[in-house]
Amino acid sequence: MPEALLEIQHLVTEFDTDEGVVRAIDDVSFTARAGETLGIVGESGCGKSVTALSIMRLLPQPMGKIVGGRILFNGRDLTNLPLPEMEKIRGAQISMVFQEPMTALNPVHTIGRQITEVLLLHKAITAQQAIQEAVRILDRVGIPSPDIRMGEYPHQLSGGMRQRVVIAIALACEPALLIADEPTTALDVTIQAQILELIKELQADLGMSVILITHDLGVIAETCDDVVVMYAGKVAEKGTVFDLFDHPSHPYTQGLLASIPRLDTVPKARLSVIDGMVPGLLDLPAGCRFENRCPRREPRCALATPPAEPVSPSHEVSCYRWAE
Amino acid sequence: MPDALPETIPATVAEKNPEQPSAQQPKGHAGADQTKLLKVRDLKMHFPVKAGILLRASKSNKAVDGVSFDIAAGETLGLVGESGCGKSTLGRAVARLYEPTAGSIEFAGENIAHLSARALKPYRQHIQMIFQDPMESLNSRHTVGEIIEEPFIVQQLGDAAWRHKRVLELLDIVGLPARSLTRYPFEFSGGQRQRIGIARSIALNPRLIICDEPVSALDVSIQSQILNLLIDLQQEFNLSYLFIAHDLAVVKHISDRIAIMYLGKIVETGASEEIYRNARHPYTQSLIAAIPIPDPHHKVQRQLLVGDVPSPINPPSGCTFHPRCPQAVARCKVDIPRLTAPLADKTHLVSCHLLD
Repeated sequence: MPEALLEIQHLVTEFDTDEGVVRAIDDVSFTARAGETLGIVGESGCGKSVTALSIMRLLPQPMGKIVGGRILFNGRDLTNLPLPEMEKIRGAQISMVFQEPMTALNPVHTIGRQITEVLLLHKAITAQQAIQEAVRILDRVGIPSPDIRMGEYPHQLSGGMRQRVVIAIALACEPALLIADEPTTALDVTIQAQILELIKELQADLGMSVILITHDLGVIAETCDDVVVMYAGKVAEKGTVFDLFDHPSHPYTQGLLASIPRLDTVPKARLSVIDGMVPGLLDLPAGCRFENRCPRREPRCALATPPAEPVSPSHEVSCYRWAE
Repeated sequence: MPDALPETIPATVAEKNPEQPSAQQPKGHAGADQTKLLKVRDLKMHFPVKAGILLRASKSNKAVDGVSFDIAAGETLGLVGESGCGKSTLGRAVARLYEPTAGSIEFAGENIAHLSARALKPYRQHIQMIFQDPMESLNSRHTVGEIIEEPFIVQQLGDAAWRHKRVLELLDIVGLPARSLTRYPFEFSGGQRQRIGIARSIALNPRLIICDEPVSALDVSIQSQILNLLIDLQQEFNLSYLFIAHDLAVVKHISDRIAIMYLGKIVETGASEEIYRNARHPYTQSLIAAIPIPDPHHKVQRQLLVGDVPSPINPPSGCTFHPRCPQAVARCKVDIPRLTAPLADKTHLVSCHLLD
């Protein structure tokens, strides 16, 4: 098994809001291993993006802060790293790709300037070398006539091409870890396939780790080695992709897998649903966060959070009743 | 005039309880004896593109360029395609939010393609829309009660007490509590807001609902709730849907028939099972192959489509798919293919030279 590149231990991140302190992620632990892809899956508000922003130390300021736990990257704790140190890591060793490429790119700067900016910031090279390097990277991510594209602006590119540029910027310094937050959600399905393929290829070339955040279980199944299922700020279940799809053990994971329409299901058959809604982060239940929607709840579920229990050496679930 | 314009809204919508859907046999399967509720023929929706110093409309964006299809009562036609293929424009033209450039939209026997706003009014209650983003399609300064009541006021139906009663019934049908009445859209989650939009769309007992990406903004667990609700409502009220989406798995689940659009044209259409199992157009085949399968044991073997969808302002010559088509031959660059029935299943239409 490859060694751990990023280890998150008992991470707690809170936001100060007008209505009080919101604990967006609460006691989240997982490990991303070198050269592998870790998927984080969950619905809106489950804390998957906040986890990514916590790793990058890009939480909205001054509201958001990490109040507990550790984020070990190559053994160094990022949570208390001085900002100048963090800036050396961000973009160079850990990079991020966002969902919406139009908002991730600066509309008034050329593509070339946005890539060379990263290179000049992190590498000791001349402007001329940076331009040559940028053209090479754009070519690598599959942008046709990269030397012409260098002088163009984001609005002149299609959505898929913009996302390739964002990936090119993220990979400019050949990071050890790429965090991709819903990188294909805004794209069409044929373009999504191209981008996922590109990320896979680049990962193999560069030997980097990828954390892929998505709500799409199909994307998870196709690209990930390990998966973390998050629900309302906590990890419901984690394991290898085969653990999760072959032996889903948390009622939430089971519900998610059962509720997606598949190409081979009977048309117009009733889909199984997870009743109710995710609890608001301002009035979280004392016990299991899935309790109000769980078909297998019992009284103790409402009283205390179930601990993470091993299903197998690679598979962990937080549910009192998983073994039944 | 369409047959049976209701003077008041029949009690059928009102009295059924959504929690216990009646055990009716599913309607709208292909092959049943159905009258065509909607017949669209050679519909074109071109938008002028203004360019140059004088902003003259020198070119046009052929968003929808000659589309024909039928929808029977109680049937769902799924319309699939990538961004910019014209599927939303087609939906809006059918709902007559646009006046089409050419072609006919026959609804219950009447061509409504070029009717004036006044002449359209009786048809408006029969053709409704559900939009993708319920936050943008609901007026944020109106209460939910006011939003759902508005169709009755526009159509001048009933008095205040009757309307109040109907609004409560509609909330119940879509599974929202009565206390929602005095609340505002922002107080609801995405799935609940989509329920509000659905309640408004069925308020006037329509015959056809254009659903434009109704679940694509929703989380997976909520998406299945809304799809179930739409299927239940269809079976209870014999609704027809034009269901527009980019997610082929969702479309295949809810639709009796599917039409695939590319650059303003339908390239393939047929029964949904047939399209899924026996897709013949290279574009449909690539679309199906590109869907990620939620099964890690599934071996991915796909032919990636290269490039992006071209601009509908300057569409490629011949078959507009030829620059991306993995099987294109010389003829594809020159001749425009027609939608024909080259297969044994004569309801399965394909627009591709390779099948001639």
